[in-house]
Amino acid sequence: MIKDMFQVLTENGRAAPEREPKLPASDLQKLYSLMATTRAADLKALKLQRQGRMGTFAPSLGHEACQVGSAFALQPKDWVFPYFRDLGTYITLGFPLKNYYLYWMGNEEGMRIPADLNIFTISVPVGSQLPHSVGCAMAMKYKKEQAAALAYFGDGATSEGDFSEALNFAGVFKTPNVFICFNNQYAISTPVKRQTAAETIAQKANAYGFDGIRADGNDVLAMYILTREALEKARSGGGPTLIEAFTYRMGNHTTSDDASRYRKETEVNDWSRRDPIERFRLYLKDKGLWDESFEDRVQKEAEVLISKALEEAESTPPPRPEDLFIHTYKDMTPELNDQLAELRDLLKGGPR
Amino acid sequence: MRLNMVQALNQAMHQEMERDLRVVALGEDIAVDGGVFRLTEGLLEKFGPERVIDTPLAESTIVGASIGMAVAGLRPIAEIQFMGFIYLAMNQIIAHAARLRNRSRGRFTVPIVIRTPYGAGVKALEHHSESTEALFCQIPGLKVVVPSTPYDAKGLLIASIRDEDPVIFLEPTKLYRAGRQEVPEEPYEVALGQAKVVREGEGLTVVAWGAMIPVAQQAAEIVGKDGIFPEVIDLRTLAPLDRETVLESVRRNGRLLVVHEAPKTCGLGAEIAAFVAERAMFQLEAPVLRITGQDITVPLAKGEDYYYPSPERVARGIKKILES
Ligand SMILES: Cc1ncc(C[n+]2csc(CCOP(=O)(O)OP(=O)(O)O)c2C)c(N)n1
Repeated sequence: MIKDMFQVLTENGRAAPEREPKLPASDLQKLYSLMATTRAADLKALKLQRQGRMGTFAPSLGHEACQVGSAFALQPKDWVFPYFRDLGTYITLGFPLKNYYLYWMGNEEGMRIPADLNIFTISVPVGSQLPHSVGCAMAMKYKKEQAAALAYFGDGATSEGDFSEALNFAGVFKTPNVFICFNNQYAISTPVKRQTAAETIAQKANAYGFDGIRADGNDVLAMYILTREALEKARSGGGPTLIEAFTYRMGNHTTSDDASRYRKETEVNDWSRRDPIERFRLYLKDKGLWDESFEDRVQKEAEVLISKALEEAESTPPPRPEDLFIHTYKDMTPELNDQLAELRDLLKGGPR
Repeated sequence: MRLNMVQALNQAMHQEMERDLRVVALGEDIAVDGGVFRLTEGLLEKFGPERVIDTPLAESTIVGASIGMAVAGLRPIAEIQFMGFIYLAMNQIIAHAARLRNRSRGRFTVPIVIRTPYGAGVKALEHHSESTEALFCQIPGLKVVVPSTPYDAKGLLIASIRDEDPVIFLEPTKLYRAGRQEVPEEPYEVALGQAKVVREGEGLTVVAWGAMIPVAQQAAEIVGKDGIFPEVIDLRTLAPLDRETVLESVRRNGRLLVVHEAPKTCGLGAEIAAFVAERAMFQLEAPVLRITGQDITVPLAKGEDYYYPSPERVARGIKKILES
């Protein structure tokens, strides 16, 4: 076993009874269905990309448990600061899949966040969302709201200044933050041992004066329990927590990457035996909560959701010229008006 | 040999590292993976991990450490994976790389090259289409270089590595594999600070750089059908600017169009228009015109074409100047 790693489910789906969360059967099945939906939606995107119907995107394959398990612990008033590999998080929070697809198809409309969801836009510059999550948590504290701010990021992000500065703020101001690092062993080609000489990422929290814990990131129940506890601690004034989700990026970094250039097939195969969905399926089956017909139903529901989202995304018209201008400021400036008029004129063929 | 820009830049780095033991390369994913665009392929195998360094994901320290290396006598080539991520290193670039020579009265110098892919036109994700070259051109002490051909890419990179001052070396992503050109096998320099007339013409001067050079060339083809033959100048180095080449051409032709993909306001076109107004006002027969990206965030894939100057748009600009 990996050093100090919190686990509820062993790799073959056996649970340590004293650690099992007290979740109703329907919630356990819901967790499964969210993970299965995430996987199906992710594989669909990959297929679309190959067909030229989607742009470059970052697959979530292998991250279903750490995304879904942690996001499932959130409450509506909490805030979420995702990164670019967070499909399961968005799906768990009920973010429209259509928007997610639209964004990766290259349409700004995709990042229009529904007004009732406290979920931030995707931050592409690595680690840059962490300071935002800290500021948000400071605001929660100031407004005396019983809410926490949860930020997601990869192991590579821990090397950025924004990581250190944000965690330091969180410690100093004892903010209601939860930081979840998906330690998926790579940042593009760079292995985690090239990011840090520290034995774990979790231990970095010690330097900022708060707790860091390590979870099996392929164990949805471990992720759920640790995140729930950290969120409760945050909301009740106990300060921040860093959770290192120990996992593996099963796919390429993005669709433009070829991981076979820098990692061995055997390593990937090794990790595929720790598949987060398989593991949870064995657990549910043991509990009598999974059978073929349940699987069928889950897959069918996922398929319906995905094809509807895709249809809506693909029938969304591309942005009009004005859509690219009007959100620059609250009001259009005279210069922007002129430039937009010029563009429209050009598109008409314009006067000679 | 006929090389594309990626191969030409790769060859330049190979040759300079071979020639000069002080040259090292560092950046994210540049060694084992050979760079996300394969620019640095083969360097690790040839020069080893002490000289070809996969760094942690930390732009500020990639540049900051390069400064320290340079002060201690090395000649680092730092790669920033995309220009959209160079902002994390802005403090090191502006507060130190650009000023150390001045601050130390010449004792400490910073002969580093910061290479980065830049520019739009490839339907990329957010932050992968930046062309904020003007930000750097305004900083005293920095040189800013942009090649538009494989030949120039090799010679400019070699000259940048050998230069005694910090160089921001911007590589137009769209041109990386856009075409091949005869590139001499032996190392050579293309001098920094020298623009080049890439198309001779009369009646109008078009000034551009990077990926706007092929666009300007195509625009010239379009208007050529109407008997208009603009001169096209590739600046190649944006700082320091080769004002003389531009002025000579404008004085002769009397009309100026500047093309850049960066937003219009405070883009480098503004500086070019200003020095032309200062020094060639009375030779101008028409107002200077700029064809540029609009003052908006570079759109994602679906809207990019609205933003990115096309040959047709440039051709229209040419005609507009001639009609005014
Ligand atoms: C500041 C910054 N530098 C470089 C990049 C290019 N880049 C995109 S993802 C990535 C690796 C991220 O690795 P990690 O944080 O471990 O997350 P993972 O992709 O493994 O989920 C890099 C270098 C970027 N997006 N932002």
